[in-house]
Amino acid sequence: MEKFTTHTGRAVPLRRSNVDTDQIIPAHWLKKVTRSGFEGGLFEAWRKDESFILNRPERQGATVLVAGPEFGTGSSREHAVWALQNYGFHAVISSRFADIFRGNSLKNGLLTVVLPQETVERLWALTESDPSAEITVDLEAREVRAEGITAAFELDDNVRWRLLNGLDDISITLRNEADIAAFEETRPAFKPRTLPVA
Amino acid sequence: MGRTLAEKVWDDHVVRRAEGEPDLLFIDLHLLHEVTSPQAFDGLRLAGRTVRRTDLTIATEDHNTPTLDIDKPIADPVSKVQLETLRRNAAEFGVRIHSLGDVEQGVVHVVGPQLGLTQPGMTVVCGDSHTSTHGAFGALAFGIGTSQVEHVLATQTLPLAPFRTMAVTVEGDLPEGVTAKDLILAVIAKIGTGGGQGYVLEYRGSAIRSLSMEARMTVCNMSIEAGARAGMIAPDDTTFAYLQGRPHAPQGEDWDAAVAYWRTLGTDEDAVFDHEIFIDASELTPFVTWGTNPGQGAPLGSNVPDPASFADPQERLAAENALTYMGLEAGTPLREVKVDAVFVGSCTNGRIEDLRAAAAVVEGRRIADGVRMLVVPGSVRVALQAVEEGLDKVFTAAGAEWRHAGCSMCLGMNPDQLAPGERCASTSNRNFEGRQGKGGRTHLVSPQVAAATAVLGRLASPSDLTADVAPVEA
Ligand code: SF4
Repeated sequence: MEKFTTHTGRAVPLRRSNVDTDQIIPAHWLKKVTRSGFEGGLFEAWRKDESFILNRPERQGATVLVAGPEFGTGSSREHAVWALQNYGFHAVISSRFADIFRGNSLKNGLLTVVLPQETVERLWALTESDPSAEITVDLEAREVRAEGITAAFELDDNVRWRLLNGLDDISITLRNEADIAAFEETRPAFKPRTLPVA
Repeated sequence: MGRTLAEKVWDDHVVRRAEGEPDLLFIDLHLLHEVTSPQAFDGLRLAGRTVRRTDLTIATEDHNTPTLDIDKPIADPVSKVQLETLRRNAAEFGVRIHSLGDVEQGVVHVVGPQLGLTQPGMTVVCGDSHTSTHGAFGALAFGIGTSQVEHVLATQTLPLAPFRTMAVTVEGDLPEGVTAKDLILAVIAKIGTGGGQGYVLEYRGSAIRSLSMEARMTVCNMSIEAGARAGMIAPDDTTFAYLQGRPHAPQGEDWDAAVAYWRTLGTDEDAVFDHEIFIDASELTPFVTWGTNPGQGAPLGSNVPDPASFADPQERLAAENALTYMGLEAGTPLREVKVDAVFVGSCTNGRIEDLRAAAAVVEGRRIADGVRMLVVPGSVRVALQAVEEGLDKVFTAAGAEWRHAGCSMCLGMNPDQLAPGERCASTSNRNFEGRQGKGGRTHLVSPQVAAATAVLGRLASPSDLTADVAPVEA
C-alpha cells in the first residue's frame, strides 16, 4: 500500500447521493482475475452518457472525487475500491460513506474523507465553476483545503497511522519479519516441504 | 491445566503474541487452487512482493476442470482464464503446480493428504472452506479469504483471533452399513448449521478412533457445514500408518522424531472444552438430507418432516421454503423419493474407499432406467488406483459414467450440472439451492446410499437391494 500523507489534485464533483457499489463497478466485472484493470468498469452505466461528468475533457486526470451522501452502499465488493483507484482517484469526499465500503477503502489506501454536507456543497460550487481548481487532502493535518475553504476532518488514530506509513495488514506483519525469521529457525526438520520429491 | 489438541497446535505456531493484538500464527502448508488465488497474486505483483515460502506452498486445479475430453481446449472462457491465470502465477512466483493432465492433479483436499503433505500438528490453510478436511490428521486446518491468501503468500503467517473448543464425542460401534458420512450428517443435524460457529470441533470417542483415515477426512471435511472454524481428530496409529511411506512423509530419524512429537498432541486428560456434545454411535442409521442446508437431514427410514413440527419459527419457515424448492411433500417416506441423477465424488467422498464402497453396491447390477450416475474420482491418483482394481469397469458395466478427476458436480463450476428441477443423490457436502446447477435439487448421502439409490432410482440403502434387486446374471 502506498503512503498517504497529503494529496493535491483536481476534482470531479459528483452531484449524486446513494451511489452504490453496483453503480461504481457492475457485477459482470467481478469475474476478472486481477485487482487491476477495473478503470474501464468504473461508473460503467453512467459513462455511456457522453455528458456524464467523468467524460468531460476538463475532468481528465482529476484525482479527488467529491460525492453526495451515502457513497458506496450495497454489495461489499472490494472491487469498487479497486475501480476507483485504478481509474486514478486518491481520495473521495462525502458527508457519509457506507461502512463496508469505507473499511475497504482505508484497507486499500483510498482515503475517504467525511466532511459536513455544506462543505461538500462549497467544494462542488468551487470545482464546478473552476474545473482547474485544486483540492488538497492533508492527512497529517487532518484538513481539506481549497481556494477559500479550510475544513478539518476526523479519522481514527490507528487508521491514520497506517495510512501515513502506507501499512496494509501485510506491511504490518512484515514489520515483525524478524519474529517470523526467528520462528522459522526453530521449526523441526521433519516438517514437510512442497518441493518435488524424487 | 491441560490443553486440548487444538490449543497445543495453536501454541506451537505463535510467531508473535502482543497485548491487544491477535496472535500471529505461522502457516506450515498453504494450498492453492484457481478460484480464490488470482487477486492475491495480483496484490503481490502490485506491491512488488514475492512468495515468502514457495517450499510450503502448492497449487492444483480442480474447481473449473472438465471431467470429459480433458485433452481438448476448455470450452468455458471464464474457466479457461482462471486456470491459465493460476498456471501463469505459479510459473511467475515459483509455486509448484499440478495442472490438468498431471498425475498429481485433483481436488486440493484430496491431493494434500495423498502426497503426505498434511501431517499431524501442522497449520494448514487454503482459500477454500473445506480445508477443514485436513484436520483428520490432527492438523489445525481452515479456509481463508483472498486477502488472507495474499497475506500468507507474502508472510507465511496469519494474524488470527482466538477460537473456542468443542468436543464431539461419539462412543460405541457404528451399526453395519452406517458410515462416516451418516455420522457427520447426524452431528450437523444435531448442532445445526450455525452450532459450531467460533469453535474448533474435536471429534473423539471410540467410534471416531475406529474410523479409517479416509473416513476421518469425510467427518472433518463437513465441520464447516456446522459453521465451525475447523474440525480435528487426534493423531494415532491409524494416522501414522496412513502417512508412512507417502512421498512427503518424514523418513528415518525424522520419522521417529515426528511420531514422538505427534504422540504428544492429543488432548490432555484434564483439559477443559468450552462445550461438549455426545453421540451414541449405535443409534445412528443411514442419514440423508431433505432440505437445502446440510443441517436439514433425517434418517433414511423416516419421512419428509412436517414444517409445523419445528418449534422455532425460523426453522419452520426454512423447512417450508426448503420443501417448496425441493418439490417434496411433508410425510412422504424418504425411501419413496425418486432421483434423476447420482453423483459420487468431491473432497467429502471422492477417495478410493468411497469408490470401493459404491462399486461394491453396484457390482453385478444395473442402475435404474432414466437415472444418470456420475462417478468422479477426487484425484488422478484415486482414479488410477480405481482402474487398477477394476472399479471403473464395475461402474460402467452398471451404466454409470466414469469421469476424470475434479470438483465436478459438487458445485457445477464446470459443465457437470443438474438441469432445473432435477433431483440428485450426491456424496458431496452442500445441498444449497442451485449448488449443483440452477434449480437442481440435492440430497446429501453416503457413497453406499448413493449407489443403492442409483440402482433403485429412489433414495435407498444397500440393505434395500438384496430384497428388491438381485444381481443380474453374469
Ligand atoms: S469438491 Fe466441492 S467442496 Fe470440495 S473443494 Fe471442490 S467444490 Fe469445494
